[in-house]
Formats: sequence, C-alpha cells, structure tokens
Amino acid sequence: MQRNLFTYIWRHSRPEQIVILGLVVLAQVFYFMSLTVPKDVINNGIQGNAFKNTKTIPFLVWELDLSAFLPGKVVRIFDGFQVDQLGYLVTMSFVFLGAVIVNGLFKKTINTQKGRMGERMLRRLRYELYDRILRFPPAHFRKVKQAELATMIKDEVEPLGGFIGDAFVQPMFLGGQALTAIIFIMMQNWLLGIIVIILLAVQMAIIPRLRRPVLVLGRQRQISARQLAGRIAETADGVHEIHIHGAANYERADISDRLGKIFKIRFDLYQKKFVAKFWNNILSQATPFAIYLVGGYFAITGQMDVGAVVGVLLAYKDLPSPIKELIDWDQQRQDVQIKYEQVIDQFQPEGMMPEALQMIPDGPPPPLGRELALAGVTVSEDGRVKQLDSVSLVLPTCSKLAVIGGSSSGKDVLGQVLARLTLPSGGSIKLDGNDFFQLPEYVLGARTSYVGQETYLFPLSVRDNLLFGLKIRPVAPAKYDDATRAERELFWKEAERAGNPALDPNADWIDYELAGATGPADLLPRIVEVLKQVELDEDIYALGLRGTVDPTLRPDLAERILKARHELHGRLQDASYAGLVETFNGDRYNRNLSVAENILFGTPLGKDFSGDNIAVDPYMQSVLRSTGIDLDLQRMGLTIAETMVELFSGLSPDNPLFEQYSFISADELPNVRLLLQRLGGKGIDAVPEADRPRLMTLPFRYIEARHRLGLIDAELEERLLAARHAFAEGLPAPLRGAVEFYDFQRYNSAATLQDNILFGRLVYGQAQGEQRIGTLISDVLNELGLHNSVIEVGLEYNVGVGGKRLTATQRQKLGIARALIKRPQLMIVNEAVASFDGRTQDRIRDNILATARKDDRGVVWIANRPAQAEPFEQIVVMQGGRIAAQGKPSDLAAKGGLYAELMASA
Amino acid sequence: MNLNEEVELLKGVPILAKIEPAKLKLLAFTSERVNYTEGQEVCHQGDPGDAMYVILGGVADVLIDTPTGQIQVSEMNKNDFFGEIAILCDVPRTATIKARQPLNTLKISKDTFYRMVGEFPQMAIEIMRELAHRVEDTNKKLREATANNKAA
Repeated sequence: MQRNLFTYIWRHSRPEQIVILGLVVLAQVFYFMSLTVPKDVINNGIQGNAFKNTKTIPFLVWELDLSAFLPGKVVRIFDGFQVDQLGYLVTMSFVFLGAVIVNGLFKKTINTQKGRMGERMLRRLRYELYDRILRFPPAHFRKVKQAELATMIKDEVEPLGGFIGDAFVQPMFLGGQALTAIIFIMMQNWLLGIIVIILLAVQMAIIPRLRRPVLVLGRQRQISARQLAGRIAETADGVHEIHIHGAANYERADISDRLGKIFKIRFDLYQKKFVAKFWNNILSQATPFAIYLVGGYFAITGQMDVGAVVGVLLAYKDLPSPIKELIDWDQQRQDVQIKYEQVIDQFQPEGMMPEALQMIPDGPPPPLGRELALAGVTVSEDGRVKQLDSVSLVLPTCSKLAVIGGSSSGKDVLGQVLARLTLPSGGSIKLDGNDFFQLPEYVLGARTSYVGQETYLFPLSVRDNLLFGLKIRPVAPAKYDDATRAERELFWKEAERAGNPALDPNADWIDYELAGATGPADLLPRIVEVLKQVELDEDIYALGLRGTVDPTLRPDLAERILKARHELHGRLQDASYAGLVETFNGDRYNRNLSVAENILFGTPLGKDFSGDNIAVDPYMQSVLRSTGIDLDLQRMGLTIAETMVELFSGLSPDNPLFEQYSFISADELPNVRLLLQRLGGKGIDAVPEADRPRLMTLPFRYIEARHRLGLIDAELEERLLAARHAFAEGLPAPLRGAVEFYDFQRYNSAATLQDNILFGRLVYGQAQGEQRIGTLISDVLNELGLHNSVIEVGLEYNVGVGGKRLTATQRQKLGIARALIKRPQLMIVNEAVASFDGRTQDRIRDNILATARKDDRGVVWIANRPAQAEPFEQIVVMQGGRIAAQGKPSDLAAKGGLYAELMASA
Repeated sequence: MNLNEEVELLKGVPILAKIEPAKLKLLAFTSERVNYTEGQEVCHQGDPGDAMYVILGGVADVLIDTPTGQIQVSEMNKNDFFGEIAILCDVPRTATIKARQPLNTLKISKDTFYRMVGEFPQMAIEIMRELAHRVEDTNKKLREATANNKAA
C-alpha cells in the first residue's frame, strides 16, 4: 500500500477525479456569470447607464472578436434583440436566476459524484485492510489487539472517506472560485485586487502555522482512543480474572488515568483550535475593511463607479469562504494523511502472506502430495530460546505418527509448524520437493486439518461451525429470481469498482465431495457419522429435542413427529409406564402443570401470556371474573403468601433456596410481610385493590404436584377447567396469535420437539421417570427413523459467542468433528483431546485412527499422554525441541531410554 | 400427604427432632418427593450417599451383600428413615434399599440440608447436641462392656 494518501487516491480513482474536475471547470463559467450579471443589473438595469443616450440597446449580440489577429476586425454573427431599460432589467434578473440555478445543479452533481467516489475509496481501503488481516503472519496476532484492529478499520479510516472525494476536487474548485473572484476584483480595480491578494497571502501563511500543534494533538488523540478501545476489550476478555482477584478498582484506576490523558489531549485541542479560529476571523475581516476604505475612497473620488465597488464587495463576499475552506482543506489533508499513515503502518507487518497463497481455486483442490520432508527446522522467537531445534523428519502424508514428549519438549510446536501456524525461523519443509510454505491455502485447507487444544467457534449454528472447513470456494451459485439477480449483478459491479471481490456469500460454498457426500441430500448421514466418531451425536440429539421446528418450513418433519407422538402415547399405556407422564387432556386438570398453564392450556407465543404477564392480562382477568374464580385465586394467593412468609422469613436474601423454591422474591418478601401484618388475618376482602394483582401472580405459578400445599381440591379443579374452556372460547381475534393451544392432532410450532412428542408433563417425583421416558422417546424416534432428523434440528442450535453456549468438552469435540468431516489426507491432532477423560481420549483416538486406516490417510497425533501413542505405527520422541528417538513402538521399547521412561510415567 | 404431615414425620427423625417446626417445614418444602415402583432401588450398597430419605408410605426391603449373595436384613415402613448420616459426612451406603411395594419418600439432599444449616446455625447446634448424646451413649455402653469384660 502506498504510504502517501494522495498517490493512493490518485491511483485508484483517476478517471472519476478527472470527470469531476471537468465538471468543476465547467461550473466556473456559470459562477463567473453569476458574479458579472449583478453588476450589469445595477449599472444598466437600475441606474440606466447604458440607456442615457438611447431608448433601447441590443441584447444577446453574438460577435466574433478577431481583433487580436486582424486589427478592428469583428465579425457580427447575430445582431441581438432590441430591449428597453425595464425589459433589460427583467431579462437580466432572469439571466441571474438562471445562472444561480445552473450553478446549484452543478454543485449538486459534483457533490454526488464526490460522495460516491469517496465511499468507493473508503470501501476499497477497508477491504484492503481486512484483506491484510487475513494475510498477517500468524505470529503477528500475538502482538496486535483485536479491538484496535477493529477500531482502525471501522472508525479511524472513516474520515478518510469524506476527504477522498475532496482530495483533488476541493482545492481545484475552491482555488478556481477564489481565482475567479480575484480576477474579477482585478478587472474592476487592480489596486484593490493587489490589496486583497496581499491580505490573503498573509492569512494563508499564518493560519496553517497556528494549526500545526492541533495536528500533533490530533495524532495523540487517535492513538490514545485506539488504545482505550483495546483496553476495554481486554476488560471484557479478562473479566473473570478481574472478579476472581478482586482487581476491579485497579482496572478502574487505569481507565480513569487513560481517560484523564485523553481529556487533557482533547481539551488542549479545543484551546488551540479556538486560538486558531480567533486569528482566522480577525484576518478574514481585514479584507472587507480594506475594500470599504479604499473602494469607498475611489467611488467618492469618481475613480470607480458604485456598481463596481458593490461588485467587488460581492465578489469578496464569496472570497473568504473558499479561502477559509481551502485552509480547512489543507488542515484536513495533513490530518488525514497522518491518520492514514498511522493505520497503514499497523497493517504492514513483516512476513505477510503473498496474495497468491490465498487465491480461490477454479475446481476441486488437488491432493496434498506424498511426503513432507523437514530439514533442520528451527523455531525460535528471539533467536536464543529454541522451541524446535534442527528437527529433521521425513513424514509420508499417509503415516500414522504419534509424537510424545514432556510439556516443554516442543512437540506442540512441531504440530503447529506442520499446520503452518508457526513459521520456522530456520530450516526448510518440502512437500514432494516443493516449498511447503508456497502451497496455496486452499490445498492446505482442503487436504489437511489441524485441531489444537482450544477450538474457536463462530457464533453461528452447530451446523455452520461443523461445515466451516468445507467452505473453500463457491461450489454452486445461488439461485435468484430475475429481479434479485439483476440487483445482485449491479451489486457485484459496484463491488468490483471498489476493488472488492464479487464473491457471493449466498452461493453454496459447501464442498460436498470433500465431506464424502454428493450433495445437500446425503450430507446428513456423513455429519452424523462424524458426530458419532467424536461422541457428540447424543449431545446434538439432546439439543435437537430441545429445539423447535417451523411446520410451515418442514411439514414432513412435523408430520412424522406427530406420528411419534401417537406411537409414544400408545406405549405409555403399558402398565410399567403408569404414572410417569400426565398427558395434556382438555377435559382434565393437569396437576403437574401450573395454574397458569392449566388455564391457558397451550404454549404462549409472544409476550401477552408468557411468564407473569398472564396474571395481569386484561382478557385473562375478565375470564376469571366472569367464571367467578378470581376471588378463589386471590384467596389462594393469600394462603401462598402466608406460607412463603412463614417459610422464608429469616433466610438471607441471597440464599439460593429463594430463587429455586420461593414464589416471592427476596426483595418483595418484606412488602408482602407488611401487607399480611396490615391485614391481621382479616381475609381476602380486606386486601386493598392495589395489592390484588400481586397476590394474583402467586397462584398462577402454583403446581400442585410439585409444591404440595394442598390448595387445589377436586371442586377447584372443576372450576379451573371451566375457566380454561371459557378462555379458549372467548379468545378475541387479536389475541389468537398469542397462544397455541394443546391439540393432540396438531403439531405445536412454539413447543420443543420433545414437548411435541411427549404431549404431556413428566409427573413430579417419579424415581428415574425422566430417564425412562427419555429412553422411551429415543426408542420411538429410532424406530420411526427420526433420530437423524432430531440431530438435524439440533444442528441448528446457535453456539453463542465463542461457542460459550456449549460446554468446553462439546466445543472441543465439535472442533475435532470439523476437522474430520473433510476427510483430510493428513490430520494433525495437537493435544486436542487433553480436556476429555482418559477413556474418551482413547476412544476418540481409536475412531480417528480407524477411519484413517480405512482410507489410508495420515494422522499426526501429538499425544498429551505418552500411553496414547501405543497403537500408532511410528513414534517420535521429543525432548528439548529435538527428536530424541523415532521408530516403531516395538523397536523403541527394545531400546529403552527416554521412550521407556515416558511410557512408564504414563 | 401435604406439607404439614411431612413435617410431623420429620420430627420423628432423631437428628432433626429438636429443630423448630418452621425450619422443618422449609426443609420439607424444599425437598423432593420421590416415588418408587415395586422393585426399584432407592440406593445401592457401596454407592456414595448424598441424601437422606423419609418413608411417607409403602414398604422397602433392606438388603445387604454377603459372600453368598444379597440377603434381606430387615424392612422399612412409613415413618422410617435412612441415610441421615450420609448427609452429614461422606460415607458409602451400608445397605441396598429396594421398594417392595410402591414406595413414597421425601428425599432430603445434602445440598438443601447444608444450605439450611448454613442459614440457621441453631440447627447445627441442635444436631451437634443430638450427636454428642449419641457419642456419650456409645461411650457409656463401651464402658459397661469393658467393665463386664473385666468382671468376667
């Protein structure tokens, strides 16, 4: 990237800049006209100077003045119209108006063009910076803070966009304007002109000088703001450490200190700015002072006519602003140049990957090659401590190799080098005789895979994360209708103008072949297979059961889930399952549902009936009143309140029992206690109207089977059922969408898959009820061939930022699955299973080895425990960054030494 | 069976006997009712214990593993309880409890119990006192036994 912003802008926007410049030059003609016309209007139209001797004068005379070549020779092409004074005034006024309008139109066009060009350049610049991040050498990320990168691309280059449009045009335009005005003044009176020029020169010399400190401060402001962004991100990243170590106030001190420095810089900036402004104003007012004095003197003495003085004043009126803007432009230029340099400097680390390494392949990526040869590979960050020390190794890409060694043996660095995550400082790696580091990334990405100790997941679905490694190139273009297609093409054309690639993220990027599938249709079995290999399938299945399906999008699946519901309920009739599930039955009170759920008898959609809202919903209240159950519920609420006050008084407010069991939160309990004291046992009638809604929410949360307060008898059950029916029958149209009623024959789109199949509630307190029903559901789904479909639903689960909605083990397993699904020719597992328990580690290793053996693919297993190396064909023993021994396990065992030592310790 | 009846049963558990009823009610409310069908095991000998159980209804067999197989040593009925030592210290289950008839229990987990004790130190004192009585009782028996031995 060019270090000079102007070179950069000129290089990428030359044609556009030239067009705009042309427009600007053309605009000057009309600008000059709008200056000369007023003079004619005043002198001839109003004062009638041209009409002193004649009634009419010719107007719009078109002459060709050739006197420069042929003295006195003027060719008159058109004689013009004869107009009188009034006609002249009217005509010239309209000419003036016309000139103003044309002038305005030019301005508008020029500004639009500039804006577009500026935005394009900004887009280009941002893209180039981002592109560079993707090509940073891996080690560079240890030095840069991500938040600072983001701030630079997002905020710091932003003002450049505004400036780019003005970079060439503004000085031309303003300079042209100023020049026109000066020429005009010179034409009226050269002396006035010279005075104006001298005063302007003084301004232009002094003001930039005053502004220089402002620029220096601006640079400091930029850097300090960037560091602040980095610091805030650090706080978010390390928030657990801050809390664990109680270092919040130390952090506060640091931020306060930084903000103080920023304040000082910014305040200094203000001061300097206003000093500059003050002088600017004084100097710019010096010129009219001179025009009034000198021009007025000339007018009085008759050396100039009044119209000319007014013309000069008018011309001057337009002069300070271009001059001021020109000075501003110059200031902005310096400011932006500094900003640009500061950003650019951060984006040219040494050892950037050449662009060619990341090009997009035309077709399927070629195979990796047969053999990797490491010769004297050394890794050292500072040249002294060697993490790898002259490692030489011949590694056929289909070998099954385990690397063992102590924690600082360098085995993990070797793994990183093989994945090109760490670049060696010495030695070479050849792939079939060619430099391994010149191998395009798409070959590496498609044919090898690497899993380290930690896996980063993008905040997308499980599926998107799993298939991330298959998205090397667009395999099939996205399908658009004609209108969208045309829109997209325009979009891509614009992208190319700004130097952005016209790649479509909506295209199908998934390389099915890489995963061993032929298309979207048979990808799922492969996904399930891989999930099984890393023992994640049951977890995803469980997520699927908790997921929802939109029956309008997947009518087939909804239909089959309904079938599973019927099947399950058939089996629940078996005596061994008696009393485990209480089915949703429209005509019976369900003791395992809360009172609210019993009345609603459906799944709430939206806010109207969800949570505590249901108790205060006006429609619900009207139903309760009309069925006469409202008082019963309030009475029940009072009883619950009394019980809660009795049970939970004296418990400290932060006791978890509150959250788990109390109907009343710790904050609210004192209020309720006061209310009960005021009542003094007088019963529900004495409760003030204002307190009733609060009492009302309590019974709504009450579940007879769970809370066992014995509040709902058979008679009350009947009346609650009546309320349920009244609620459903009278539900007004606007609320129809707020609840999806339980209906045995219909799929409930708001409920989870599991709830849809179960269509009931597990009965509280049945030993092993949940497990037994879970197994039963699983059996039914398996028999109906729905197991994979449930996994498919689970794959849509969003893993959250950094995969935090999954457990650490699940994240790691997903990372391994992501590496496995592309069937890599060489897979590097760098202590990736360390976080699992021992038996799981071995099972996953065996699964990976088994598939690799079957397809004759390679595995490099950097073992976190030496014992893991046992089933591998080749073992490399490392110590202190060097290879201490290598060979078949049996040979190594025979030799003893470090190998035997490591094996014994495992 | 509702909460108040459960509280009455809890009063019958010696280590809980001296705790005031309001606290027992909270203990009952925050504990889980667990029902077992015929033949289901409540706990298995040798497993780590993490909860005590009070039988609210039904009959359970107490079984002990011997070299010759499992033998029944006794049975438990309504108002009986077991595992009360397990919630005070980590000891493995000393017997297998199996439902002979449909069995209703109140399961008081260690966590709930500790939370209550942490909240109300008075409870800890009552329990301590009860345990001290037991120790004293055991000591007395031991003294008597040694005295008898010497006499003999």
